[in-house]
Amino acid sequence: MSVHDLSAAARPNAPTTTYRYDEFDADFVRERVAEFREQVRRRLEGSLTEDEFRPFRLMNGLYLQLHAYMLRVAIPYGTLTARQMRCLADIADRWDRGYGHFTTRQNLQYNWPKLIDTPDILDALADVEMHAIQTSGNCIRNVTADHFAGVAADEIEDPRATAEFLRQWSSLHPEFSFLPRKFKIAVTGATHDRAAILAHDIGLRILKNDAGDIGYQVMVGGGLGRSPFIGKIIRDFLPRADLLAYLEAIMRVYNRYGRRDNKYKARIKILVHEKGIEAIRDAVEKEFASMDRSVFSHDPEEFTRIAAYFAPPPYESLPAVSATLRAARNDNPALDNFVAVNVSPHREPGYAIVTVSLKPIGGIPGDATSAQMRTLADASERFGFGELRVSHEQNIILPHVKQDDLPALWRILDAAGLATANAGLISDIISCPGLDYCSLATARSIPIAQEISKRFSDMSRQRRIGKLGVKISGCINACGHHHIGAIGILGLEKKGQESYQITLGGDPTFSAAIGEIVGPGVGAEQVPDVIEHLVDFYLAEREEKETFIDTWRRVGHARFKDALRREGEDGAYI
Amino acid sequence: MAAFKNPQILLASDLRDGEVMFLGASGWERDHRRARVALDAAAAAELEKIGHAEYASNHVVDVYLTDVEIEPDGVPTPLHYREKMRIKGPSVRRDLGKQATGA
Amino acid sequence: MALISDGRFVEDGWRRLADEEDLPKSGRIIVSLARLPHALEKLTPETSLGVLAPNTTEIDALATALPRLGLISIAFPAFADGRGFSLARLLRSAGFTGELRASGRLLADQYTHALGCGFDAIEIPDDLAARQDETQWRAARDAYSRTYQRGYISRGSILDARRKAAQ
Ligand code: SF4
Repeated sequence: MSVHDLSAAARPNAPTTTYRYDEFDADFVRERVAEFREQVRRRLEGSLTEDEFRPFRLMNGLYLQLHAYMLRVAIPYGTLTARQMRCLADIADRWDRGYGHFTTRQNLQYNWPKLIDTPDILDALADVEMHAIQTSGNCIRNVTADHFAGVAADEIEDPRATAEFLRQWSSLHPEFSFLPRKFKIAVTGATHDRAAILAHDIGLRILKNDAGDIGYQVMVGGGLGRSPFIGKIIRDFLPRADLLAYLEAIMRVYNRYGRRDNKYKARIKILVHEKGIEAIRDAVEKEFASMDRSVFSHDPEEFTRIAAYFAPPPYESLPAVSATLRAARNDNPALDNFVAVNVSPHREPGYAIVTVSLKPIGGIPGDATSAQMRTLADASERFGFGELRVSHEQNIILPHVKQDDLPALWRILDAAGLATANAGLISDIISCPGLDYCSLATARSIPIAQEISKRFSDMSRQRRIGKLGVKISGCINACGHHHIGAIGILGLEKKGQESYQITLGGDPTFSAAIGEIVGPGVGAEQVPDVIEHLVDFYLAEREEKETFIDTWRRVGHARFKDALRREGEDGAYI
Repeated sequence: MAAFKNPQILLASDLRDGEVMFLGASGWERDHRRARVALDAAAAAELEKIGHAEYASNHVVDVYLTDVEIEPDGVPTPLHYREKMRIKGPSVRRDLGKQATGA
Repeated sequence: MALISDGRFVEDGWRRLADEEDLPKSGRIIVSLARLPHALEKLTPETSLGVLAPNTTEIDALATALPRLGLISIAFPAFADGRGFSLARLLRSAGFTGELRASGRLLADQYTHALGCGFDAIEIPDDLAARQDETQWRAARDAYSRTYQRGYISRGSILDARRKAAQ
């Protein structure tokens, strides 16, 4: 070990940068586990039928999938401590098959737990201040946030304080646990939207008004799935003190008037679409005005209490540019590429944000073995104040790494198969589990991701192509966010075969857009060819510095469609 | 009830551990090769009846019939790709699920 | 039907009146929402009046009747249909102080939700009561020592406990 490494190892590893349970949070989570243990017992003895039990197991993240149960563990706002990550690894080894799947909602899924073991797994999670509460079901789901929270250069405020505030408020809400359908909230505090807030039932964007007060722009009615919609603004500026009251007003309007006659029309996006945003706004404002707001009078101090946990870690003062890193990059092209692609600017001089890709070429997007989880936990302690993040792109982020430490970190990641330098590139594919695991799937999605990744395995070609989001879902539920991929792929069943519908031009950011369909579905084997043709067309057409989506916007959907049509031997590719 | 077209077997998931099971000659089997095959509508109805009773007594969940074809060696293989997946395990992890133990 | 109040099966002191039945001269009766105006008009001083309200009822439809109602029973067409929880909450905010009942196939697992929103009693069919006995309802009632929300009814508020601990 070099002198440099020793000093790194001596760094304090107790994370102070994220929320910690107090005794009341801890009691609450233990009581939830005890309740679930009892629910499982009552299910097994027959006090609860399956139809009765289902909503309650779902509200605790437990699904029945194709091969086994699946447990979805909440990772609130995607933040994990090293200790939590190690616990996830231990659970994978003890009760599952030695791996986990990080999802597009910043959660972790185990694919093989037994119903009878689940209460013990939940107890193990509670030991490290984790749970599976409301990771499924028709309730308010795990609140997501920008995975660069607290470290992004473009941030007004760390959104995690808001997300935690909402996590507590929404946990076991007496009134809003039996909604027409699931309800997803996302928060961003930055000027770039990395949390896809316009694709959520409620999107919150932290803003500062002219008077310098912090508040929220509130978006409602976004969502993917069968009928994708971009969220609409319901309130331009909501003072922070009114946040819970206003959200309760929205939830109440939705709970009362959201459709319950058709599962596919039950999301709030349909209510907003059918009644119009003005009518919904009027109903919400009326409800808000009539509420007894005195019960929220202590919210500002509670918010302050929570926000204090998200203090920045004790950074050292460092020069903005690391000479060590520069020298190492010169010597090592692989490291150089990794830094160029997977490292983002940190707002603290001398630090960097590292994206650890869970998308090795030909691998399963979002899967990590228990050994990899432990490597990441160790690395975060050595190099990043013991903090990790899960991004909705299904990657792991080390949010505070000294630039000086990047070469050493890279070596560790590389040895663990975690140094794929493809963040944001064509092989950094978002994919839901699809028909390999999911009982709702109409087609597989992982093998499609693997084939595309292999087709573009040449990393220099990937870098030449530049930023390109490929997103794949195994059914119309759109867990793989295909609607908002620059290239979106949706797996369907057509005449008893798996068939894939391709869309172009989706965008998950503030300029959000839903992708447009390129043509009829294609078979699994054809997908990589189609993608390659689209990419080649883009490369031929692109003007300087344009990304795929830029070129698509300029050139137009029709020409991309034509490009495919000309390619086929029989005059039609798709 | 849909018209009977193909031979059928009955699938379910074990309530306690979630594993896929098949109704066999005498109770649930974890290997589809031991599944009892219904060759006509009456036999299928009989399978379903047993399945419903097992569901009602909280042994299994997600019980349903699926169409199969009978291989030359007598093994029933589901016709649909979804159930083909269920008798084996994830196609992207050949080391896991039933396929890992030789199914 | 079985009635659960404070974690116990109790006798129902109210009687549901069929729409074609005459209004009695005394006693505690529950009428349908459609019959409410008529019942209010003909009510004798010896009769206590309750109403069975669908979960889609607008508060305005009950506003004037509230002070004269001793009971409101909100129908839960399915246990997972949570509209009744919001309606209960609204009725309590509107100042209703009589008995609030949830009527349908509710499960013990929803007891804290129901109590939290202001319900006093749960009315469930007998077959369900046979599977979910008093101990299950009591365990559900006592499952949480404190909860996070503000302004809902619970055994304890985490926010209050925190403020007290900080003093
Ligand atoms: S998109 Fe469909 S197939 Fe994919 S995880 Fe979601 S429900 Fe399953």
